[in-house]
Amino acid sequence: MTLTERLRERISRAFYSHGLLCASYPIPIILFTALCILACCSPLLKLPLPGTGPVEFSTPLKDYAPPGAGPRHGEPGERPDWYVGAPVAYIQQILVKATVSPWQKNFLAVDVFRSPLARVFQLVEEIRNHALRDSSGVRSLEEVCLQVTDLLPGLRKLRNLLPEHGCLLLSPGNFWQNDRERFNADPDIIKTIHQHEPKTLQTSATLKDLLFGLPGRYSGVSLYNRRRVVSYTVTLGLQRYDSRFLSSLRSRLKLLHPSPNCSLREESVVHVHFKEEIGIAELIPLVTTYIILFAYIYFSTRKIDMVKSKWGLALAAVVTVLSSLLMSVGLCTLFGLTPTLNGGEIFPYLVVVIGLENVLVLTKSVVSTPVDLEVKLRIAQGLSNESWSIMKNMATELGIILIGYFTLVPAIQEFCLFAVVGLVSDFFLQMFFFTTVLSIDIRRMELADLNKRLPAESCLAKAPCRARAAALRPAVPHAPHTPHTITLQPSSLRNLRLPKRLRVIYFFARTRLAQRLIMAGTVIWIGILVYTDPAGLRTYLTSQVTEQSPLGDAGLPAMPVPGGVLPAGDPKVDLSVFPSEPVQLSENQTQQQWEQQAGLEPDQHSWARGPEGRENGQLELGAEAEVTWGAEDEEMWRKLSFRHWPALFSYYNITLAKRYISILPAIPVTLYLKPQEALELRHPQEASRYQPFLAEPGTPPERPAQPRAHQDVTLYKVAALGLASGMLLVLLLFCLYRVLCPKNYGQNGPGRRRRGDLPCDDYGYSPPETEIVPLVLRGHLMDIECLASDGMLLVSCCLVGQIRVWDAQTGDCLTVIPKPRLRRDSSSIFDYQEGWDPSPDSKNGLEDSLESSQQLKRLLGPPQPPLFCDQPDLSSLIDTNFLERAGTAASEPRLRAVGARHRDSGYDFSSLVGKVYEEHGSAGGRNGTFPGLSAPHGPDERGLGDRSPGDEPCAGCDRSSPPQSWGGDLESSIWSLELQGNLIVAGRSNGRLEVWDAIEGTLRSSNDEGQSGITALVFLNNRIVAARLNGSLDFFSLETHTSLNHLQFRGGPGRGSLPPSPELCRGAALRCRLTHGVPCAHHKPITALRAAAGRLVTGSQDHTLRVFRLEDSCCLFTLQGHSGAITAVYIDQTMVLASGGQDGAICLWDVLTGSRVSHMFAHRGDVTSLTCTTSCVISSGLDDVISIWDRSSGIKLYSIQQELGCGASLGVISDNLLVTGGQGCVSFWDIGYGDLLQTVYLGKSNESQPARQILVLENAAIVCNFGSELSLVYVPSVLEKLD
Amino acid sequence: MAENDAMPTLPKKCGPYISSVTSRGMNLVIRGVVLFFIGVFLALVLNLLQIQRNVTLFPPDVITSIFSSAWWVPPCCGTASALIGLLYPCMDRHLGEPHKFKREWSSVMRCVAVFVGINHASAKVDFANNIQLSLTLAALSIGLWWTFDRSRSGFGLGVGIAFLATLVSQLLVYNGVYQYTSPDFLYVRSWLPCIFFAGGITMGNIGRQLAMYECKVIAEKSHED
Repeated sequence: MTLTERLRERISRAFYSHGLLCASYPIPIILFTALCILACCSPLLKLPLPGTGPVEFSTPLKDYAPPGAGPRHGEPGERPDWYVGAPVAYIQQILVKATVSPWQKNFLAVDVFRSPLARVFQLVEEIRNHALRDSSGVRSLEEVCLQVTDLLPGLRKLRNLLPEHGCLLLSPGNFWQNDRERFNADPDIIKTIHQHEPKTLQTSATLKDLLFGLPGRYSGVSLYNRRRVVSYTVTLGLQRYDSRFLSSLRSRLKLLHPSPNCSLREESVVHVHFKEEIGIAELIPLVTTYIILFAYIYFSTRKIDMVKSKWGLALAAVVTVLSSLLMSVGLCTLFGLTPTLNGGEIFPYLVVVIGLENVLVLTKSVVSTPVDLEVKLRIAQGLSNESWSIMKNMATELGIILIGYFTLVPAIQEFCLFAVVGLVSDFFLQMFFFTTVLSIDIRRMELADLNKRLPAESCLAKAPCRARAAALRPAVPHAPHTPHTITLQPSSLRNLRLPKRLRVIYFFARTRLAQRLIMAGTVIWIGILVYTDPAGLRTYLTSQVTEQSPLGDAGLPAMPVPGGVLPAGDPKVDLSVFPSEPVQLSENQTQQQWEQQAGLEPDQHSWARGPEGRENGQLELGAEAEVTWGAEDEEMWRKLSFRHWPALFSYYNITLAKRYISILPAIPVTLYLKPQEALELRHPQEASRYQPFLAEPGTPPERPAQPRAHQDVTLYKVAALGLASGMLLVLLLFCLYRVLCPKNYGQNGPGRRRRGDLPCDDYGYSPPETEIVPLVLRGHLMDIECLASDGMLLVSCCLVGQIRVWDAQTGDCLTVIPKPRLRRDSSSIFDYQEGWDPSPDSKNGLEDSLESSQQLKRLLGPPQPPLFCDQPDLSSLIDTNFLERAGTAASEPRLRAVGARHRDSGYDFSSLVGKVYEEHGSAGGRNGTFPGLSAPHGPDERGLGDRSPGDEPCAGCDRSSPPQSWGGDLESSIWSLELQGNLIVAGRSNGRLEVWDAIEGTLRSSNDEGQSGITALVFLNNRIVAARLNGSLDFFSLETHTSLNHLQFRGGPGRGSLPPSPELCRGAALRCRLTHGVPCAHHKPITALRAAAGRLVTGSQDHTLRVFRLEDSCCLFTLQGHSGAITAVYIDQTMVLASGGQDGAICLWDVLTGSRVSHMFAHRGDVTSLTCTTSCVISSGLDDVISIWDRSSGIKLYSIQQELGCGASLGVISDNLLVTGGQGCVSFWDIGYGDLLQTVYLGKSNESQPARQILVLENAAIVCNFGSELSLVYVPSVLEKLD
Repeated sequence: MAENDAMPTLPKKCGPYISSVTSRGMNLVIRGVVLFFIGVFLALVLNLLQIQRNVTLFPPDVITSIFSSAWWVPPCCGTASALIGLLYPCMDRHLGEPHKFKREWSSVMRCVAVFVGINHASAKVDFANNIQLSLTLAALSIGLWWTFDRSRSGFGLGVGIAFLATLVSQLLVYNGVYQYTSPDFLYVRSWLPCIFFAGGITMGNIGRQLAMYECKVIAEKSHED
């Protein structure tokens, strides 16, 4: 045990120092690693590249003997290792070049090849019957040739064309079953030849290629053969190499058909080795394994998180694994182990065995280290934390592989060997390469963060900051406030589950997947073309070379040379410039010669007699063709498709994979055919179909459309099809592009935010965002607490108690109702510096003494500029807004630790205030100017009573006044606000209910009957319901009162403040009469109050809800079901009641029966806001998550992660449009799909401010509360269409 | 992987995806269908692997070779894998010990890759004799379980599945439904149980991972503070 621990400690220490090293010298280490990788991979250069192209090796023909079956000996560098054992077959080609000579101009196009082809039968017979008679007896071709059996069953249609059960001897004669009679009877040779051509494009060998033994275009069997030389081969497959037989065959053929000017080299045998071809059937499992591999890599690298560049690290991880594999192969090669396994097949398994886990574990461990450490230390710590598990895993894997090694199965052993080396090199790379990359990445991240951060603030890193902030939050209310602030993450990813179709489309759009796929596909395709068809490339190159070299001149397509060099074999026709008469051609050569001298008459005669005699107007000059042999004819087989031989042998079920064939030098055969021979062979139908073949280049013969080679037709078809499909593809892609890509590329203005700052869903898709300039309603100096609106007007109340009335359409401030009493008791951190100019201070001091009269004056007079509103008061201490829970409620439950105390004492603020006052007293002597810090208006600080030094002692309040009397006596801030028509109803903390005229700013009525603070108000028609802190519920009714009975408005007896003045009741006075009082509706403060459909619902801290009838204030039900205080209530006209509590639960109730319909656990922490649409319930909680629930089933549909502090800001615009607040922005969501539709930035100045409250007005304007200012936003027109 | 294989039409109120994920029965059906298709796919591919050695260079018909096995084999494999994949999470729930070990898609992918590798080895690697082959495969299968599962219930279920499946194939061969080219263990190949065991573990792994989504939904629904 101790040993283990010691080991563990040592390992961890080693890793620690290693991490320090890596993070200290990143660049040298990366260079060193790259060098290591290159060094280890260098042996790989010697390995042949895997591929399917055949490999060649040539040996001299002289003294050729097939290699032995055993291992190679002698110089190993020269012989390839596949050159072992006998080849599958020896291929002997007899290359025939034939031409009709001399050529007569009146010959038909078919004459070019008909008679040359006819000679193939004779030639084949000669070859077949060739026998070598020597001392050892008679040897015929049958003995040496490759005997083939049946064709494959699938090739029935080729049955008559390819030899079966006999020698593998292929010639064009096979088209006519080697039967000359058939050939003669064939009216259309080209059709016969092409009937088995595939209709589509095909790279592999066609039957024509197989039988002709050379590519189609070299054969000359075409109607437009201007050279008039026809080439074909007779291909002979030989079982064994019999040099004497072959040389005798060669000499005999040469004797019979001499090729005088042939310069073909005949000294080497070329052995062609074929790689294993991967068929589709084998490809499928391979592709499957690769797909699994990529899925594995994808799912693994997806987990990399909280780093600067996710993609960079994922790439580094993949590079680590891949290069470790390459290193392992390289090292194994270096030590003499050559890989025999199919690399492509085992590769995925190797990757899976080596795995990406370590890399991920490392990353995770490093990013989870404390962020305020130095990067070096973070890396080192992260490494040492995971050192033990990494070592353990590695040891386990090595052990498993070692066990695998002892299975003694060669394949598995080899696999294990590779895996071991791969594992070790992977470990090496992880330790050096990946760790260093990680350190660089983390350093980059910190740098980026530092640049972004303000220097005064000291929260370190992005991501963990959240967690820390969350952890700090509950503690904030207790602690005296310090200037330390927590920077919030500017914007966070929102966790959102989108519908699949959208996700797919977003994915396509985001990654431009289609484009990239097409690009990659093209590159791969080109690569494959270049790579797998070396023969084609080589052909091209050789042709280029031969064209340029002087030697290559002979290889050029030789134009017929009239009266050219004489063929030596036929000396008598050397000057036969003129075509001879057919009749006389049967006679001897001397006559022919005579004919040439004789002149033109016999020719004319012959023309007249010919089938085409009608065209006898002109004498045609004949030309004698000459067959040339050049370098191009050498190794004609090279021009064949590299699949030619495998295809041929595969027809007989012989595979050439991993085997080789030997190709013997071709035997050249030259045939000169006499014109009369061609004429004799001419088929009668051809004569009528084809017009004479005109050899003049200048006068192109008019050809009938019918005999146009169908090859050309196919070509045109293919071209047309290709063009059409290409256009279709382009159109399709265009449509796709239009569909998938967002259309507003050009909208990006200059002041763009970085992409990282944009709100986006968790797939990184960020919908089009717009920046609109909202109507900013400025005027409040403190944070706005209460908001109310009736569509036309907007009433807001800030912390100092100032009420402002705004026109909801234009954003004009109509009325300002200042705080009723001004008192300078303390200053708080919330005051802005600009408020601290000395003149109002002195004024305040004056006014404080004249408190009540000043108050009245101000009330009566026109709205004044907010001179006094900068006066701080204790209202900041109080969490006032119970009706508009948004914002306030978010902060209130954060007080929960303290809040418990609060709740027990029923919001007895006296203790808190007392403390404040004590502090104030101690600090009172200092005349503080604020030390340059502008206090943030985060929700966290709202409930704080952090004191800064006040400027002067509190004048209005007695410092020694008992705290108990404070709540009722000294302070009355507005806790709730309602607006209807132009009447504002305000509920104050001292229990006073005030009715103000919104336009004139006059107090119309007030009621002081209750003593307990009004926490919530409902104002419906002329009925006002006030819920109080002590749990009582008062029903008022507003009555128009003409008499000046102002005594009714007197305050309670205990209050000496604000005696109602006579002026108040000028005009049509309103009377606010208490109709009912439910003294003990709840035995704890009422926190939520809602009315709809004639019902009034109260929610209280005593965990219950009560439903009252609005008319007679009769309690209908008491709803129990929550296990915490009620924080949010929603009721609408459909009598559906939803309630949320501090237990994080949401209950849905049926108001008609009082039964609970469903019960959902929604949030960690309090439910702060609750609203419903016809199909969904939308709730927000303290956890800054907005959840959307199915209203009927109570199932959570999805949730939206909000930014910190914006958790409760939400509003429903219509049944499917949700608006949420963020940092300086509002976002619009499609409720049905949870789809982020648009983010609207409200100018730049608000960037740091979270939207704490959102109020949706009827005219589709949205009011956001950014601290002390309101923003009036009209819904973007894009979104309006959605409704 | 293919959650959207079966996307039935649902009421318009909420998105089809959301209600399909949240509804319990629908979730089960979707999981079953997904597992079924995974099973069919694996059966086809692995079958191809087994017959690959006889495939010539130019097979006359490639498509037929993919479906060379009898028509009933892939559906049977699919059904079996759906059953197994649903059985594993169900058993976890009933035993009350949710499977926590390596619950990630990357691990599942790794498991599938190793399973295919085991099949590959059984098909392609030349072993000296059958015992060696069977022992190697057994070790590999146990290794698979140890690497990706490590639960006793999983092991037990895997062994049970292997036993049952071998029994069924024995019966099938005995009744002449199909045959093995070179049976060495009664009528079947001796490595068959190992393959079945590994397959059971793999499908169970996939099934558990798929069930995670449902669990997440339920957990979110029922979590209490």
